This record gives sequence, C-alpha cells and structure tokens, in this order.
Amino acid sequence: MGSKQLQYQVANMRETLFKQGFLDEQFVQLEELQDDDNPNFVEEIVKSFFQDSVRSMSNIDKALESYPFDFEKLDKYMHQFKGSSSSIGAAKIKEECTQIREYCRQGNVEGCMKVFQQLKKDHAILRKKLETYFQLLRQAGPAETACRPR
Amino acid sequence: MENGFGSPSPSPRTYNTNDSFPAGLRVLVVDDDPTWLKILEKMLKKCSYEVTTCCLAREALNLLREKKDGFDIVISDVNMPDMDGFKLLEHVGLEMDLPVIMMSVDGETSRVMKGVQHGACDYLLKPVRMKELKNIWQHVLRKKIHEVKDIESYECVEDVPMMINGSNIFDDGQSLSVSDFSSVKKRKDMENKDHDNQDFNDLLSGKKARVLWSVDLHQKFVNAVDQIGLDKVGPKKILDLMNVPWLTRENVASHLQKYRLYLSRLQRQNEPITSFGVIKQSDFTTNDPPTCFGLQGSATMHQNNASGCNFGYAGNNIVVQDSLDMPEGDSESIFSGMTVREPIKASTGDLPDGQRRNGGSRNGPNHSCGSLGIDVNLFGSTTHQQKSWSKEIPMIMFPQQIKKEHESQGHTLLSSSGSQIHVQFDNPRFLSSTSSGTCNSEINKVSTSETKRLCTEYRSSYVNSISPVAHTIGSVSLQSEIGMGDLRDFGPISTSTGSTSTKSNVFDQKCTSNLGFDPQYLLCGSGASLQPSHETLQVCSLQDYEYVENVELSNVEFLDYHDLELFTELPSQSYDRLKFSCEYLSDSLEYPIINEGLFIT
Repeated sequence: MGSKQLQYQVANMRETLFKQGFLDEQFVQLEELQDDDNPNFVEEIVKSFFQDSVRSMSNIDKALESYPFDFEKLDKYMHQFKGSSSSIGAAKIKEECTQIREYCRQGNVEGCMKVFQQLKKDHAILRKKLETYFQLLRQAGPAETACRPR
Repeated sequence: MENGFGSPSPSPRTYNTNDSFPAGLRVLVVDDDPTWLKILEKMLKKCSYEVTTCCLAREALNLLREKKDGFDIVISDVNMPDMDGFKLLEHVGLEMDLPVIMMSVDGETSRVMKGVQHGACDYLLKPVRMKELKNIWQHVLRKKIHEVKDIESYECVEDVPMMINGSNIFDDGQSLSVSDFSSVKKRKDMENKDHDNQDFNDLLSGKKARVLWSVDLHQKFVNAVDQIGLDKVGPKKILDLMNVPWLTRENVASHLQKYRLYLSRLQRQNEPITSFGVIKQSDFTTNDPPTCFGLQGSATMHQNNASGCNFGYAGNNIVVQDSLDMPEGDSESIFSGMTVREPIKASTGDLPDGQRRNGGSRNGPNHSCGSLGIDVNLFGSTTHQQKSWSKEIPMIMFPQQIKKEHESQGHTLLSSSGSQIHVQFDNPRFLSSTSSGTCNSEINKVSTSETKRLCTEYRSSYVNSISPVAHTIGSVSLQSEIGMGDLRDFGPISTSTGSTSTKSNVFDQKCTSNLGFDPQYLLCGSGASLQPSHETLQVCSLQDYEYVENVELSNVEFLDYHDLELFTELPSQSYDRLKFSCEYLSDSLEYPIINEGLFIT
C-alpha cells in the first residue's frame, strides 16, 4: 500500500466519523492544538478520554443497578460523562448523555437503561474506530489530516 | 493575591507597564476530568500563560493557600467530586480575592446565575474554545483596574461633588459642596509643604498591608461571627473573640465585609446592585486609613445612582443602623448632628477667606452661626417649625431606642436622653436666632459653660478610649455627654486656635465629606415621619464624633487612626442593614414631593 493511498484512507476514515455523527468540531480543535511540542496530542487526549471513561461507565452501571434507583446520582454521573465526552468531541456519546439526563428528570428508568446500552455500544464503536484511525495515521505520517471537515 | 498595589512599585507584576502582558499570566486550572485538564493546559500554554493543573478542588485550595501570591486567575469546573466548584469559588473569593472563571458543560441559566452570584467573573461552556481562554487576562486586568480606581476615586475628593451634582433636587447642597471642595483643594495646594499634611496625603495614597486569610484564620473568624450572631457582629467584637494579636481591626472589618458580601450574594438575589454598590465602596473604606471619605462617597453614590430616593435612602439607612449598633446613644447623635452641620456651612461660608479664619479668632462663630442659618433654611423650617421639631425628637428617640437597643442599655439611654432634650431645645433656639441674622454668641457661651463639665468628662473618657477599643468604651450615659460636649466645644476651639493648616484641612474634608449626607438629611428632615430624620442625624454624629477628636488633639495621624476606627465599623455592619431599608421604602416615596415644597419655602 502506497503512502499516498494510506493517507487517503486515513482522511476518508476521519471524514466518515464526522459524517456518522461520532465526532464534532471539538475534535478539530484538538487537532489544531497539536504542534511540535506535542506531535501526538490528539491521540493522547483520546487515549485519556477512553481510559477515564472506563471508570465513569462503571460508575454509571452501578448507579443503574442500584436499588432504590438514585436519579440524582445517575444525573450527576451523566453530567460528568457528558463533560468528559465533550472533551474529544464525541458527539454521539454526548448526545446520549443528554438523553439519559432527560430521562432522569422524567424518572424514566427504562429509558435511562436503554439509552445507556446504546451509549455503551457507540462508545465501543468509537473506540475501535479511533484506535484504527490513529494506527493508520501513524503509518501514513503527518499529511493533510488537519484539514477541516465539509 | 498581591500586596500593596497602591504603593509606587506594587508587585513584581505591574501589568500595564509590562509589554509582554498577558503572557506569563499564572493560571490555576481545576477540573476533575483528566482529559479536560490536559486540553486546557495545552490551550493555556498556547496562549503563553503559565499553567498549573489540579484535579481536586481541595488540592487547588491548598495550592492557593500555600503560594499566596502564586496565581493571577483560577479556572474551575463546576462539578467536582470532592468539593462543589461553587464552594471553591467562595473560598477563593473570600481568602485570595482572585478572579475565578467557572466552566461547565451545562449552560443552564440557573447554574450560570449561581456561578455569577458566588462571584465568578466568567462562566465558560464546555467545550471551551481557545479564543475564550486567550481573553481571560481581561479579568485579571479588570480586577486590578477596579482596585486602583477605588483608591483613585478615594484620593480625588473632587470626584464627590460631581456625584452630588447628580442629584439635582438639592440645589443648595450642590453649590455648597462644590465650593467646599474647591477650597479643600486650594488649601491642600497651599499647604503642601506642611509635613503633617504630607503624612496625611501619604495615608491617603492607600498603603495597606493585606492579610492572607488562611483556613484557620477564616475559621476563627467564622466561629467568632457565629458566636456573636450576625446581626450584632462588629469587627471589634470579632477581633476580641478571635484573639489573634497581629490582626488589626481593619483587617477584620475588611474581611467581615467580604464575608457579608458573600452571604448577601447567597441570600439576597433581588438587589444585587444595591449590595454591590455598598460593598464596593466600603471595601476601600475599611482598607484605607482615612476612611470617612469613602464612606461618604458611598452614601452619595447611592443617592445619585438611585432611580428613586429609596435607593439613596437605603445607603443612608445603612450607616444609620450602624451608628445604632455602636454604643453611642441616640441622643448624642442628635446633638452632634447639629454640630456637624455647623462645620459644613462654616466652611462654605468662608471658603474664599479660609486663611483669614485661621488668623481671626472671632470669625469662627460668625461663620458657624451663619451656617446654622443656612441649615435652618435647608430644613425648610421656620422658628415655629423648629420648636415642633425639637419636641418631636424625643418622641422619636424612644421608639427608636426601644426598637434597636435590645440590651439593657436601653434604659439608661432613655433616662439620659432626658437631659439631652434640654439641650435639644437650646439648639433650635440657637438656630432660629442665627437664621434671623443676628449672631447670638451669648447663647453659644452660655451653652458652653453649661456643658463644660460634660466636656471635661468627655475628654477624660476620651483619653481612655485612645486604645483600640475606642468607641465601645464610652458608657451610654457618657456618650450622651459627648454629644453635648462637642456641640459647644466645637465653636470656641475652632475659632480660638490659630488652627494649624493640617487641622483646617482635615476639618474641611470632614465637612465636605459630610455634604454627601446633606441631601439625605434634607429628605429625611422634611419627611412626613421624623424617624428617618432622626437617623440622618445619627449619621452626622459619627462625623462629629471624629471631628471633635480632631479639634482637641490636632494630631492628624491620630485622627486618621480614629476615623478609621469609627468608620471601619460602619460598612462592615452595613450589609445586613439593607433589609431595614425596605421598611422605609414607603416613606421615601414621599420625599420628592416634600422636597419641592421645601425649596419653595
């Protein structure tokens, strides 16, 4: 595989993440922050997010399983996780956090559980996709990855 | 936190002269989210700021306390597990006085409101953008500018008449105040070489040593406040309870202000402007030695900023309530109210020949008499009105005392007020005689002799009160005597002394500063209910109190010290007094109408 082709593939993949609504503008912000001082800044940040989200998600899991159901606690966790997912521009996850918080307000336990299952799925997908993306990116070397979407 | 920004070289960081500003701005970022912490750190570094990150609020607080001058601004997340961001905000506001920016992914109005009410200078929504962070230096600068401005406005006395002019109801008061101020300036210029004066100016320039309120110290403070009770609390009481030898009354007063500001922010969300105004002004009042100006200024500001009278009245009220809190009796203040009026007008009367007055010993009484005449006019009262007025005052005094004096003092006060009523009657008579154009110095003399004994008593009590305990020392009965004493005392002394330049200077400033209250005085005096008028008189009393000290000791530095003492008490206590102002709102509505009538007569 030629490097040009690889670069094209990387750019394409990135584009798709935006198009599918996994990522938003914040991801571009991170890319813009990347410089010679931190050549792998975006990857570090993404890694940090996924590391931290393990803890957050287990907290949420516990909150969902707890009895009696503590909406306040869950809402707090969701708020936290929403803030966290906003850091890398994980748009889908952020949106799902908002949804769960809304269900918390309504007192809808099933809604919370359902959306959180979806969130977990999307979280896993994003993780996988970004892992592949960064792997390819490193192989391709720095190219026109910093271009903005659309 | 920085030290002594008022001095020529305030701190190693003088931003306006530093070309590289805002580069190197020292930012503390607090966020429990490690990812955000990394992003913010990177962003801030890109802005050439010096960044310290912290993932726990408590840790941040410790950092801030350790490096007491180590940061310029704090950026904190709202939601943190170990400590609410708002809590951190409060601590930083109370202890370090640093600008704090809150951030959250949640842009709910109530949340943002809460942040602002707790003193956040900005509220950023996540995801935070680089361009927003680039701009945060403005908060640091703004804070600095505001602080400098406070000092400046404080130094520039001529700012005050401008404010007074803002209230165009009081034509007389205006002209008086303006001329008064010009005379102050003139004299100041002339006597610039006077080293006493220089000392005074030095004090004006606002050198102050700030205290770092550590956790322990603040806890002691809070404990003291709790023990005393917030409604009765005063810097002096707190200082005694805290038992920290190096801490001064001013330190406590200043901190008490901040504390009250903080409490009022939490409690009173409806009148943010009012509380802000008061606090802002009084902040420098307590911090700087010659406090009286600031205080007057604040009262004046209230009046003019106000869309209605009630606002100004609130300001007035604050001070008044405070004077009630002090152990001085009501009666005293009534008298001294009259006395203070004397100096004001005196100085306005002889503005051009201020120097002459210093030379000619007989000039004084004439002027003061004439001034009293003016006073009468201001009251809009004829001789017969005065009579009724003087009758009414005791009546007002009683309910007032009963209401405010919860302690047993109340009784002694009541009894002692009997004697004052007599003098009270003297006073209006004195006024009326002067208003008719004849200066009856006999009356003056008579009353002097009458109160001579009391004067001496006062002096002796005064000697005692030189200690920092100052105005709490005087027993209630003594206080009333003070009032009588200084009323008579004043005239002779001011005239007979070939008053030193500093004295007259200080004297004038007292007068001018007092003018701030004049409009209010009018308002109240002419108000349907005399209760407010009574209160204004009390306001005057405070000044008079200090004025007497002035005359007798002719020691400027000492005076300043004393001013400070008297006045630091005021603003600190003022905040919770705001609630009282509500009671008078209905009264104040009547004022404009009444005033018009007043000036026609």
